[in-house]
Amino acid sequence: MAEALTETKVPRARRSKVAAAIRELKKAPWSAWFGLIVLTAYVLVAVFAGAIAPYKEAEVVGDSYMEWSALYPLGTDQLGRDMLTRMIYAARNSMGIAFAATLFSFMTGGVLGIMASILRGWFDQAISRFVDALMAIPSLIFALMMLSILGPTAINLIIVIGVVDATRVFRLTRAVSMNVVSLDFVEAARLRGEKLPWIVFREIVPNILPPLITEFGLRYCFVFLTISSLSFLGLGLQPPTADWGLMVKENATLIIYGDITPLLPAGAIALLTVAINFVVDWFLHKTSGLRDGQ
Amino acid sequence: MGNDNLKQSTRAKGEILLEMRGVMIEGESDDVWHQIVKGVDITLRRGEVLGLIGESGAGKSTLGIAAMGFARPGCRFNGGSVTFDGIDLLAATDEERRKLRGSRISYVAQSAAASFNPAHRLIDQTIETATQHGIRDTSSAVADAKDLYGRLRLPNPTTIGSRYPHQVSGGQLQRVMTAMAMSCRPDLIIFDEPTTALDVTTQVEVLASIRAIVEEFNTAAIYITHDLAVVAQMAHRIMVLRHGKLVEEAPTREMLAEPKEAYTKSLWAVRKLAKEESTSPDLILKVDHIDAAYGNAVKILDDVSISVPRGRTVAVVGESGSGKSTLARVVTGLLPPSKGSVQFNGRDLPSALAQRDKESLRRIQMIYQSPDTALNPRHRVYDIIGRPLTFYHNLRGKALEARIIDLLKMIELDETYIDRLPGELSGGQKQRICIARALAAEPDLIICDEVTSALDQIVQEEILKLLLRLQAEFDISYLFITHDIATVRAIADEIVVMNQGKVVQQGLKTKVLSPPHPAYTELLLSSVPEMDPDWLTNLLQKRAAKTK
Repeated sequence: MAEALTETKVPRARRSKVAAAIRELKKAPWSAWFGLIVLTAYVLVAVFAGAIAPYKEAEVVGDSYMEWSALYPLGTDQLGRDMLTRMIYAARNSMGIAFAATLFSFMTGGVLGIMASILRGWFDQAISRFVDALMAIPSLIFALMMLSILGPTAINLIIVIGVVDATRVFRLTRAVSMNVVSLDFVEAARLRGEKLPWIVFREIVPNILPPLITEFGLRYCFVFLTISSLSFLGLGLQPPTADWGLMVKENATLIIYGDITPLLPAGAIALLTVAINFVVDWFLHKTSGLRDGQ
Repeated sequence: MGNDNLKQSTRAKGEILLEMRGVMIEGESDDVWHQIVKGVDITLRRGEVLGLIGESGAGKSTLGIAAMGFARPGCRFNGGSVTFDGIDLLAATDEERRKLRGSRISYVAQSAAASFNPAHRLIDQTIETATQHGIRDTSSAVADAKDLYGRLRLPNPTTIGSRYPHQVSGGQLQRVMTAMAMSCRPDLIIFDEPTTALDVTTQVEVLASIRAIVEEFNTAAIYITHDLAVVAQMAHRIMVLRHGKLVEEAPTREMLAEPKEAYTKSLWAVRKLAKEESTSPDLILKVDHIDAAYGNAVKILDDVSISVPRGRTVAVVGESGSGKSTLARVVTGLLPPSKGSVQFNGRDLPSALAQRDKESLRRIQMIYQSPDTALNPRHRVYDIIGRPLTFYHNLRGKALEARIIDLLKMIELDETYIDRLPGELSGGQKQRICIARALAAEPDLIICDEVTSALDQIVQEEILKLLLRLQAEFDISYLFITHDIATVRAIADEIVVMNQGKVVQQGLKTKVLSPPHPAYTELLLSSVPEMDPDWLTNLLQKRAAKTK
C-alpha cells in the first residue's frame, strides 16, 4: 500500500490556503458569485454607513412622504427623514444586531451541545429537556413576551433572540458532535488524560465546523427576519433608530397610493437572505461531499 | 421447478459467458482523472469460478462491478469491451443493462448488514428481484426462496424469511444475500469479499454453502477477496491483480504450488512469519478475577484472569462477542469492572479512568483497529505525535520537532511526513503514525486492538515486523487482541483463548497451538483457512464424520 500510494497517487504539492481559496472561487457557480458580491456590498454599506449616507440617521430634512428626487433619491418618510439615509443606517443596525445575536446563540448553544454529547448522563438530560421545553413555546411569541417584560433595548434583543436560537443550535451541534465523539481519536484523547476544553475545541470542533458554518449562515437569516418581524410589530429596534422592518411598518400607508417605497426595505431583506442562502448552498455542496453521488 | 431444469440443460460447461477485453476504467478525485484499471482481460466460462485477488487499491472491486457493465459514481470506462453472453454491455442502453442486472448477473456485497433494508422482512427482499423482473410470481418466488434458504443450510428455512435483518446473525445475513442473488438463477454472480467481515468459525459455514450452491446450479462466479486461503477453496482459476494490471493468472492448484511472479510469491510469504516464544517471570500487568458488564445487562466478562510478562506479547484470541475488546476497556479504565482488580507494575490501578494519574495513563497506551478513526482527520502528523510529547514530557519548540522526527524515523517514515494530514497517508502509514503516537508516551504496555485486521496482507507483515522490532528495542509489552491465528503465530509469546466472556485456555504459544485442545480452541483453530485447495472439503468431511 505504501508503494501503491507513490505509484498511483503522487502526493500533491502543498498550496497556500489563499491560493486554494482563489482556486475554489474560480470554480464557484454564478449563484455563489452573486451571493458573495451582494454580501460584500451589504457589509461595505453597513461599515461605511456614516460616510456614504447623504444625511444624518434621524435628521428631518424635508416634508413627510416626498417623492423621489435628485435631493432625496428615495423620497422621505412619514416624518420627513431621507429614505436612502435610513436604508443605509438600517443595514448597519439590523445586520450588526443579527450578527451579535447569532454569535451569542452559537457560543451558548454550540458549546453546550458539544459538552452534552461528551458528558452524556444527567448533564445531557437536563439541558436537552430544558431545550425541549423552550422549543415547545412558539419562538416569536416567546420573544414578544420576553421583550415586553425586559424592555426592547438592543442588548435585550440580542440576548432574547440569541437564547431562542441557541435551542436550535444546541440540537444540531449535539447531533453532529455525537457522531464525532464516538470515534476512536476522541477516546484516545481521553485515555491520554486530556481535559474537557481540549477535547471540545481541539478534537471535536475542527471536525464539525462545516455543518456549523453552514448553520451559522442560515441561522443568521432567521435571526435577521425575526428582528425585522419584531420591529414591524413594535417590539424590536425602537425609533428613531433605523431598521428595515420598522421602516416597512412606518411607511406602510404609502402602498395604498401605489408607491413602492415601503417595499424597498423589505426587498433589501429579501435580497440579503437570498444572497446568504446562495453562499451557504455552495459551501454546503463543497464540504458535504454531495457531488460524490453518495 | 421444471423451468429450472430446462434452464439448466441449456447451460453447458465450457461455453464462454463473459469476455472482458482490455478494460480501462478511470476515476476522479479532486478533478484529476487517474487510471484505476489499466487494460485487463478476463474470460469466464459457464460454471467456472474465477478468483480475483490483490491488495486494496488493486482495482479488483472496480473490475468486479465492471463485469456488470457498470462503473461506480466518480468512475468511467475509457477503453476496452465487456461482452456478456454475446451482448456488448458497454454499448447497450441503460435499460438493456438494467434488465440483465439482478436477473442474469447478480452481486453479493461485502457488508450484508449495509445491503439490506432494515425496514423490510428478509423474504420480501429475497424475492424482490425475481418478482420485479417478472421472472416468477410472488407465491412461487416465496417457495423458491425457502428452498434456497434450506440449500444454504440456514436454520428454520421456512420461517427465517419472516425475520428482519437485525434479527439474524452476520453469517446468516450473508447467506440470505446469496439466496437473494440466486433467486433469478443468474448465469453469473459476483462475490465481493463476502466473508471478510465474518468470524473464522462463521466464515467456514458461509464458504461451504456458497460453494455448494454455485456448484449445484452451475453458476459462473467471480470471487473477489484479499485472502489467499479463502480463494484457494472457492476458485477454479486465480488472477492476481496489482495497480490495476494483471500480475499472474493460473488454475488454482498450479498457482498455489508454484507462483511465478515475485509479487505473487511475496503474497504467499506473508503467512510464514513466526516469532520464537519466550517468557519472563516479571509481570507488568495482572488482571485478577474480573467481572464486567455494560449497565445491568448480562456479564460480558466472567471471572477473567490474565497476566502479561514484561517485554513479551500476550495475544487474546476469540470471535466477536467473546469479550476481548471489553477486556481492553477494563485495562484502560474506560469500563470499571464490577468485580476484581487490575495490577500494573505490581500496584493496584484505580478502576476508573478519572481516578488514574497522568503517570499511569502514560504507561499504558493503545493502538486501534481502524487508523482512519483513530487519527483526528484535522490534525497534522506534527500535532498527532507532538501532543503526547508536550502533554507527558513537556517538550516544546525545537526539542519537540527533533523528537517527532526521531519517532518518524523509528516507524520508518521520513521527516517530509511531518505536516501531512491523515487523509494524505495510506492505510499502513496511518497505522504507523498511530504506533508513533503510542511510542511518544514511552509506555510500558501497549494494547493493540486488532491493529492489522484493516490492512492488506503485505502491509500487515510490515506492521507486525515493526512492532516486533520496537519490542526488542524498548522492551515494551503488548496485549494483542486479534481474531487472526496467522497474526498470533507471527507475534505472540503467550495466547489467551476467550469465548463468551470466559477464558477457555491460556499458556505459551506452542502449548496452546498444539493438541490436545479444549473443544472451543479446536473449533477455532480448525476454522482458519489454509492454503490447501482441499482444506475446506476435508474439514467438512471431518466435521460431518464427527457429528455422526
